[in-house]
Amino acid sequence: MKKSNIGAIIRKEFNRFFTDRRLVMTAIILPGLMIYLLYSFMGSAMSNMYSVEDDFAPTVYAVNAPDSIAALAQEAGMTLTDVSPQEAEGVRAQIVDKQAELLAVFPADFDAQVAAYAPGAGEAPNIELYYNSTDADSAEAYAMFTAMLDGYESSLVNKFDVNRGVSADLASERDTAGQIFSSMLPLLMMVFLFSGCMAIAPESIAGEKERGSIATLLVTPLGRGELAMGKVISLGCISLLSGASSFLGTMLSLPKLMGAGDVALEAAAYGAGDYAALFAVIASTVLLLTGMIAVLSAFAKTVKEASMLVMPLMIVSMLVGVTSMFGDVHAQLGWYCIPLYNSVQCMSGVLAFSASAAAVGVTVAVNLALAACMTLILRRLFNSESVMFSR
Amino acid sequence: MDAILQAMDLKKRFKLSAKQQKLENSRRKFVDAVGGLSFSVNRGEIYGLLGPNGAGKTTTLRMLATLIRPDAGDALLEGKSIVKEPEAVRRRIGFLTSELKLEDYFSPSYLFDFFAQLHGLSPQARAARKAELFDTFGIGEFAGVKVANLSTGMKQKAALAISLAHDPDIVIFDEPTNGLDVLTAKVVTDYLLALRRQGKTLIVSTHIFSLIEKICDRVGVIIGGKMAADGTLQEVCAGQSLEDRFFAIYAQTVGEEA
Repeated sequence: MKKSNIGAIIRKEFNRFFTDRRLVMTAIILPGLMIYLLYSFMGSAMSNMYSVEDDFAPTVYAVNAPDSIAALAQEAGMTLTDVSPQEAEGVRAQIVDKQAELLAVFPADFDAQVAAYAPGAGEAPNIELYYNSTDADSAEAYAMFTAMLDGYESSLVNKFDVNRGVSADLASERDTAGQIFSSMLPLLMMVFLFSGCMAIAPESIAGEKERGSIATLLVTPLGRGELAMGKVISLGCISLLSGASSFLGTMLSLPKLMGAGDVALEAAAYGAGDYAALFAVIASTVLLLTGMIAVLSAFAKTVKEASMLVMPLMIVSMLVGVTSMFGDVHAQLGWYCIPLYNSVQCMSGVLAFSASAAAVGVTVAVNLALAACMTLILRRLFNSESVMFSR
Repeated sequence: MDAILQAMDLKKRFKLSAKQQKLENSRRKFVDAVGGLSFSVNRGEIYGLLGPNGAGKTTTLRMLATLIRPDAGDALLEGKSIVKEPEAVRRRIGFLTSELKLEDYFSPSYLFDFFAQLHGLSPQARAARKAELFDTFGIGEFAGVKVANLSTGMKQKAALAISLAHDPDIVIFDEPTNGLDVLTAKVVTDYLLALRRQGKTLIVSTHIFSLIEKICDRVGVIIGGKMAADGTLQEVCAGQSLEDRFFAIYAQTVGEEA
C-alpha cells in the first residue's frame, strides 16, 4: 500500500471539503453554532419563564385569615392582606390577569376547627388557594404559601424531624454535574457524530458513483485498499470536526439549558485526562461510523439511495444512545466489545468520572478494529464490478 | 508483427434485472455481452472496434481496462494479464470513455496533477506533461475553471489530457469523438494520429465509419459479442466501402444466428 496514494486521496477529499464554503458552513460551523444558540435560547426562555426575583415577597390576599397563619406568613416573607368574601371575586379576576398572585380562602373559624379536628373523624378544615400557573410570580407565591402551610400542618403533630439544618446530599457538585452530563451528552453525541458522518460519507462514496467519477479513479494504478483507506481517514477527520463542533456547542450551552442554578455545571469540571479519553472514544467511534456508512453507501447507486440504506443504522445508533439515560455504567469489560454501545457506555463513564482506563482501551481498540474491517470490506466493494457498476 | 495486446476468448455475461427483463420484454436472466472474443493489436497501430450499439465494444474495452473482469478468457497487454495483474495493466494504459467522468468540483489543472500523482509522476514531470498536453488541446485558458462550468467539449478535452497524463504506451478510447463539435473532434482525431506517429498503440471503439477509415490500420467488426471480421481495412472491406461491407457482414451474421 503506497502512503503517497493514500495521502493524495486524503488531500483531494480535504480540498473538496474545505474549499467549499457552503459545506464547511453546513457541516462544521452551523451545527455547533446552532446548538449553542438553540440551547442557550431555550435555557434562557425556560429560566425567564420560571424564575422569580431573589427578594420576591408575594402579597397573599386572604379571606378569614387566622392570626396563626398571618404570623407565619410574615415570617416567611409574605404579606397577608385581608379581603372580604365579596372582594375575593375581584382578586380572582386580578389573578387571571396576572395582576395579583394568590388568594387564600380560609373557613371562618379556621384555628378552632383545626384544634377540634381529630384525624379520621370527618372532613378536615379546607383552605382554598387560587393562583395562575402561567404567571411565574403567582406560581412561586403558591409554592411558598403551600410550603408554609405544610410546615404548619407538620408542626401541629410533630413527633420528630428529618435532616433539621443538615445538608444531607453528600454528592459533590462535580459528581452532580457529571451525572447530568453523562446521562444527556452520550445520546446527543451519537446524534451529532452520526449526523456529521451522514453529511459527508454518502456524498463521497455514492455521490462519486452517481457522478461516474469513481470509475475514473478505478482505472488508475491506485490500489483499492489505498482508495478505501484514504476515503475512510479523510471522511473520518471531517466528520470528527463536525462532531467536535456540535460537542463544543453542547458543552458551552448545556449549563444555560440546565439553568446552572444549584449545580456548577461546567465543562471545566473535567480534566485533561477526561478530555483525552473522551476524544479517543469519539475519534474511534467516528472512524467506525464513517466506515459503516461508507460501506452502506457503496451499495447505493445514488446519494439519496445511500441515505435510505443508512437510515436503519441511524435508528440503531439513536436507540443505543438512549441507553446512557438509564442505569449505571457497566464495569465488566465484555460490554465494551459491543460496537456503538461501548462508545455510549464509555462516554457516559468518562463524563460521570467513573470510566476505567481498561474500558476506554477496549472500546477504542474494538472500534478501530471494526473500522479496519469496514475499510477492508470497502476495498472489496471497490473491487466488485457488480457493486461499483450496477445499473 | 509485434503484438502488444492479445485478447484470448474473452467472455462476459451480465445478469439482467427484473426491470431490464421487463424493458426488453424477455424472460432471459442473462445476456452474453461478449461471447468468446479473440483478437490481437500490434505495437504502434490504431485498431478500430466497429459495431452497432450493444455489440459488446464497450464491454470489451472495459475488460481490457480492468474495470470489469472477464468471466472467461484473458488478455495480455505487454505480457501483463488483465485478470492476474490488473494494476500492472492500469499503469500501462490510458483509458477514456464517456462512462468516466471528472469531478465537477475541481479544475482540469487540479485533476491533472491528482491523476498524474496517482500514476507516480514527479512534480517536475507533471508540470512538463501538463504544459505539453494542455497546450496541445488548448486547455490552458480554462485550466483553472471548475469542471462543472465547462462545456462538453472542454470536459472531453480535459478528460483526454488526464487519461494521457502518464504517457501510456497503449491508449484505449471508447467513442473518442462522441458528443464533440466538429472542431474539437478534429483536434482529437489529429491527436490520435499524432500518438500513432509517436509509436503509441491505440484501440478505438466507434460506430463512425469515416473515423475508422481515416485513422485505423486494422479493424475488428463485433456483432452480438462475437468477432465477425478482423483484419486490415483492405482485408475487411474486400474492395467495398467500409459501410457497405459492414452491413453485408451484419446481415450475414445476424442471418446465420437467426
